Amino acid sequence: MQNFTGVGVSPGRVIGTIRQMPKPVAEPPSGERLASGTAPEDAARDLKAAAQAVHDELKSRADTASGDGKAVLEATALMARDTMLLKSAVKLINAGSSAERAIWDAGASVSEMLHNLGGYMAERATDVLDVRARIVAALRGVPAPGIPASETPFILVAEDLAPADTATLDPDKVLALVTSGGGPQSHTAIIARSLGLPAVVAAHGVDELPESIEAYVDGAAGTIAIEPSEEQRAAASAWADNAATLAVFDGNGTTADGHPVPLLANVGGAKDAAAAAALGAQGVGLFRTEFCFLERDTEPTVEEQAAAYKGVFDAFPGKKVVLRTLDAGADKPLPFLTDATESNPALGVRGYRTDFTTPGVLERQLEAIAQAASESEADVWVMAPMISTPAEAAHFATLCAAKGIKTPGVMVEVPSAALTAAAVLRHVGFASLGTNDLTQYAMAADRQLGPLAALNSPWQPAVLRLVQLTVAGSAEEGNNKPVGVCGEAAADPALAVVLVGLGVSTLSMTARSLAAVGAVLRTVALEQARELAQLALSAPDAVDARAWVRAKLPVLEELGL
Amino acid sequence: MPERTATIASRSGLHARPAAIFADAAGDAPVDVTIAMEGMPAEDALDAGSILSLMTLGAAKGDVVLLRAEGDGAEVALDALVTLLETDLDAV
Repeated sequence: MQNFTGVGVSPGRVIGTIRQMPKPVAEPPSGERLASGTAPEDAARDLKAAAQAVHDELKSRADTASGDGKAVLEATALMARDTMLLKSAVKLINAGSSAERAIWDAGASVSEMLHNLGGYMAERATDVLDVRARIVAALRGVPAPGIPASETPFILVAEDLAPADTATLDPDKVLALVTSGGGPQSHTAIIARSLGLPAVVAAHGVDELPESIEAYVDGAAGTIAIEPSEEQRAAASAWADNAATLAVFDGNGTTADGHPVPLLANVGGAKDAAAAAALGAQGVGLFRTEFCFLERDTEPTVEEQAAAYKGVFDAFPGKKVVLRTLDAGADKPLPFLTDATESNPALGVRGYRTDFTTPGVLERQLEAIAQAASESEADVWVMAPMISTPAEAAHFATLCAAKGIKTPGVMVEVPSAALTAAAVLRHVGFASLGTNDLTQYAMAADRQLGPLAALNSPWQPAVLRLVQLTVAGSAEEGNNKPVGVCGEAAADPALAVVLVGLGVSTLSMTARSLAAVGAVLRTVALEQARELAQLALSAPDAVDARAWVRAKLPVLEELGL
Repeated sequence: MPERTATIASRSGLHARPAAIFADAAGDAPVDVTIAMEGMPAEDALDAGSILSLMTLGAAKGDVVLLRAEGDGAEVALDALVTLLETDLDAV
C-alpha cells in the first residue's frame, strides 16, 4: 500500500478511481521541418482534420455546459477552426515547417497580436494558446490538455489547477481534488471549498500515479492511500452518511455556552447570495464586487453596478451585508485600473490603492452602493481592501460619508493595519481580517506557490498574533468596534474555534462550510476556545499549532473534519 | 460586388459572445464574406467567419462596418448578417 501526504484543504473522505490531468503539451522543437516524404498538402490536410476534431470536441462540451463556461467553450471552439489561424499555419507548412510547429508559431503570433491589443482581447490571448496546444495534442494522438472527460465520477489528480480549468470542472463528475503543487490558498483549494469537494494540495509525487487505480482521499488529514484498507472503506462510507448532517446549518452560530458568533457567507454575486441564504447564512461577511467589473474593458455605469449590488442585498433583507469595494490588481488585473507590467503585483497598486492612480472609480462605486442600499432592506456595511495606514482609513471614511454610507470599515490584510489597529479603527466602524492576504504578507510567501505551502498557513502563530493584535486594537480604541474574519481560515472548523477564542466577533466563509463550522463551534465553550487560542499562539509553528488544537477537539475526528 | 453597411449594436462591441455568434453565422454562409471598418481599403478586409479576425478588428458599439460577398446567395446572406450586427447580441 502506497501513501501520500499533502496539505488537507477541504474535508471529506472518499474512495474512487484516479484520473490524471494530462501534462501540458510540450512545445514542438523550434524550426522542426516536415518529415521527408510528407507532402505539404498532406500535412495541411492533417492539420485541418486535427483542428476540426478539436472544434467538434469543444463544441460538444459547449452544448452540455451552461452560463459563462458555455460562452467560453463556444468561442474557443470557433478559434480551433479559425480561418485566420489555419491559413497562416498552412503558409508555414508550405514553406517547409512541420504541421505541429506551424500551428504552434501561427498561434503564438495571433496570441501576441491579441495581447498587444490589451483589454478583453488580451485576456483571450491565452485561449488561442490553449487551442494551439489542443491541436498539437490531436496531431500527436495524445490526450488533450485540461480536465479529462469521463462518464463516471473520478478523483482528479493534477500538478495544479488554473482558474480556466475550474471553469470546466463538473462537480458531479469529480469526487475529490488532489494536486502535487499549489498551497492552501491556491485556486484549487478555494474552488474545492466552494464546491464542497474533498481536496489535498502539495502532495508531492501524486502526479506520477498511474491512471484508473483506486485510491482513498482524506481531505481533512491531507492523505491519499492507494489500495484502500477495510478501515478506510468504512471511513468513506461513514463520511457519506455524515455529509448529510454536515450540510445543514440552522442559522444560529453559537458556542456551547451560548456566546453568539454570527456565521456569515462570502459571496460573489446574487446567485451566490441566494444559495448562501438557503444554506442558513446569518448575513454576508464578504461580498466581493469584482464580478461586476471582471471581463470588462471599461468601468460599468453607476446604474449597472447598483442593480448588481441590489441583487445581493435583496437576498438578505434585515440582515448584515458587508460589501468589499473593488479589489483589483495582483491576481485580479483589470485593464482600466491596473498596470499589468508591475514587477511585483502583490506589492503593487491593488485594492484600495487603485484610488491613488485612478481616482473616481471608487467614488462612483460608493455612489452605486449607497443607491442600491437605499432601495433595499439589508443592513449594508462597506469596507476597503488593502488598507495600510490610519490616514487611508480616514480618507475612505470621508469618501463613504460623502455618499451617505453609514458604516465604513477596513479589511486588515496588510500587517501594518493589524499593528496599528487602534488608530485605524478610530476612523471607521469595523474591521474584517482577510486571512489569505494577511498570511501571504506576514510570512512573505506567495499564495500560489506549492513549495511555500507550509509557510502559507493561517495557523502560523505569527498570523494568529496579528489577529490577536487587531482585536486588542479594537479594545484599546474603546468603542467595542467589531473585528470579524472573512478569509478562508474561518472555513476551517478547528481554526474557527481558535479565532473565536482570540476575540473575533463574526466568521465569514464559503457557504458550504457553515454547517461544519457551526457544528464544531457548538461543542466548545468560550473559555475553552480562549485556552485553545493561547495553545495555538504558544506553538513553535503552524503544524504544531494545528495538531495541538485538533488533539483537544475530538469532535473533529468523529465528524471526519 | 454586393455590399452592406451595418452599425454595431452589441454593448460590448464585436467581442466575446457577439463575435462568436456572428463568426459562426458568417462561417455557415454559402459564400465567403469579408468585413472591414467603414473607410478601410477593400484589400484590408478580413474574413468575417474568423473570430480571431473579428477580435483584431476591434469594432465597438456604434462603429460602422462594411460587409462584402460575391456569388449565389450573397444578397440574402449579407442581409441576415447585417440584422445580426444590428442586434444587441449581449442581450440575447
